[in-house]
Amino acid sequence: MLSERSISPEKASSRKAVDWGAIVVNVALPFAGVIVALFVGVIMLLLLKADPIAAYTALVQGAVGSTFGLTQSLVKATPLLLVGSGICIAFRANVINIGGEGQIIMGALAGTALPLAFPTVPGYILIPGACLAGFMAGAFWGFIPGILKARLKVNEILSTIMLNAIALQVMNLLLQGPLMDPEGIAHGTFLNQSAQLPHQAYLARLVPQTLLHTGAILALVVAIACYFFLWRTGLGFNIRAVGLNPAASRYSGIDVPFYEALSMTLAGGLAGLAGVIEVIGVQHRLMSGITGGYGFTGIVAALLGSLHPLGLIPASVFFGGLLVGADKMQRAVQVPSSLITAMLGLIVLFVSGSSLWARRWMAHRDASTARRNSMAGASARGEEA
Amino acid sequence: MSGISPDVMIGIFSTMMALATPFLYAALGETFAQRSGVVNLGVDGIMLISAFAAFYVVLLTNNLWLGLLAAALVGLAMGLLMSVVSVSLKAEQGVSGIGLYMLGMGLSSLLFKVLVGTVKTVQGFRGVAIPVLSDIPFIGPVLFRNSVLVYGAFLLVPLSYFVLEKTTLGLKIKAVGQNPAAADSVGISVNGIRYFSVCLGAALAGIAGASLSISLLNLFQDNLTAGQGFIAVALVYFGGWNPWGVLVGALLFSVVNSIQLWMQVLGVKIPSAVAVMLPYVLTIVALTVSVNRVRQPAALNKPFERGES
Repeated sequence: MLSERSISPEKASSRKAVDWGAIVVNVALPFAGVIVALFVGVIMLLLLKADPIAAYTALVQGAVGSTFGLTQSLVKATPLLLVGSGICIAFRANVINIGGEGQIIMGALAGTALPLAFPTVPGYILIPGACLAGFMAGAFWGFIPGILKARLKVNEILSTIMLNAIALQVMNLLLQGPLMDPEGIAHGTFLNQSAQLPHQAYLARLVPQTLLHTGAILALVVAIACYFFLWRTGLGFNIRAVGLNPAASRYSGIDVPFYEALSMTLAGGLAGLAGVIEVIGVQHRLMSGITGGYGFTGIVAALLGSLHPLGLIPASVFFGGLLVGADKMQRAVQVPSSLITAMLGLIVLFVSGSSLWARRWMAHRDASTARRNSMAGASARGEEA
Repeated sequence: MSGISPDVMIGIFSTMMALATPFLYAALGETFAQRSGVVNLGVDGIMLISAFAAFYVVLLTNNLWLGLLAAALVGLAMGLLMSVVSVSLKAEQGVSGIGLYMLGMGLSSLLFKVLVGTVKTVQGFRGVAIPVLSDIPFIGPVLFRNSVLVYGAFLLVPLSYFVLEKTTLGLKIKAVGQNPAAADSVGISVNGIRYFSVCLGAALAGIAGASLSISLLNLFQDNLTAGQGFIAVALVYFGGWNPWGVLVGALLFSVVNSIQLWMQVLGVKIPSAVAVMLPYVLTIVALTVSVNRVRQPAALNKPFERGES
């Protein structure tokens, strides 16, 4: 395993030209995974006695067949892009963050509480303030499992799953208590939701008559920033080094626990930001179903994007469309949208099952290139002498 | 509240026995898988799809044993899928497990909505009073008036210990999880043992699902397990990869949960959200204090390949 995963900075820097082989592998395999999942979906639809062509037609029409569908797909892609960017950072450090759901909740809580507490503050302060508060709250929820893993070696997969359940109850507690909608109390409905936020806290709409909001642009900027962070900064390099080979990183003086905790904290922060954006961009209040499963779907999107923020962008749009189309499919052919959850699971199984072969192919190719280069170098030196 | 009456104590401990049952099956199964070096994080998904399989078969046939068999077989099939992806294809186990979880959750919800649609209940396994023993005051009602699946779960603890510690099979499982290269060099099929352990664990996770849908709750609904499979995985860590440790963890976790439920029944004034949260907080604390106490199987989470150290 180590032989394939060893880091070599020279190799990374020498490969300045666009690496088409790597791009093909990182695009073709996830694409094949989607095809396989869609094919299994056809079998499942046939078993359920539904017409697969009608179902998939409805799926595509729902996702891209109308202006509203198209914008709605982008609305759903927005939180996936934010959560997924964080997942890219964490997974690159080999820190498995399953806590997206809880981190979204904590971010949404902070992003709701702040505007409700300061209803008269102007929007240009309130919106950045809410985003910052949400990022911090999510980051805190990521920092807990991060530091537990880094300092005490507590398995982060399990701790993040437990923190998801705890965050859900924290939200229930607050929605049944201090954050409960005063109107719900007055009318005796006692719904599990907060009051509506002050209007100046809403994100502006990009397309009139739709829900597409400026948060989509923010998400895009964040994803691109994550790319530069991971591939163009020292911190990012160290995060990737820790993920590729913790032992070698330790010997070369990298503080491995620090980067493990840092990557989890950043991932939590970005998931928290997704929570705020969902509140101030779409729902305009906190409701109990706020996460929409984005914490899990974000993982799938990041994997499908080969844990690369730039690959994540098309993957998020694809899954956003899939989620929107699934609702249409449910109405058109009466197939529950849980079919999509099952297909997401298949995609994860396929992509994770094929990643070894991709790594092996790249390692083989790199090794033979290196051999060729050294031979060429040797003969060149021979001519000089 | 005027003190805790003996009846309430019996209630708390009987509920504990029932609540511990799915945890025991799932966590003991996961112990086998992890002892062989494979973390199967998809336990919750296996429990969900198997719980549905058991429920649906019982709904159709009214045969509880057939339902149990269906759950075990569906669990086995999921285990086979996990093995192919994680053992043969050497996937990152944390990630493939989440895939298996999503597959199980999505499929169970899909099939439930299409095949059943509404909330229905079945007549599940009934409590069986063991003659003489069940008449012992206090201990009798708690220990000896349970359903077959509860007895089975508690008998599985010494059985798992025996298999792991006193048989050649157990030795092979542990060898494969501790030092696969050495096991391979003496002719043990590393991947074969891992397939067996993961599939055994998955079949037990299937029975864990059945214990929810045809013994404890006697119904099925979306996300019936509510993450119990993940807690079961945590219990394996807490129990130090030892069946007796798993038993202690399952009992501890279940008694806290049981007290929480009884406090709500008795109308003790604490917010339900806090009560529901408690077991999860406890799990994190338990994981934190139990970590580094016992060394985990050396090859845990590491796919095996000949010729690599």
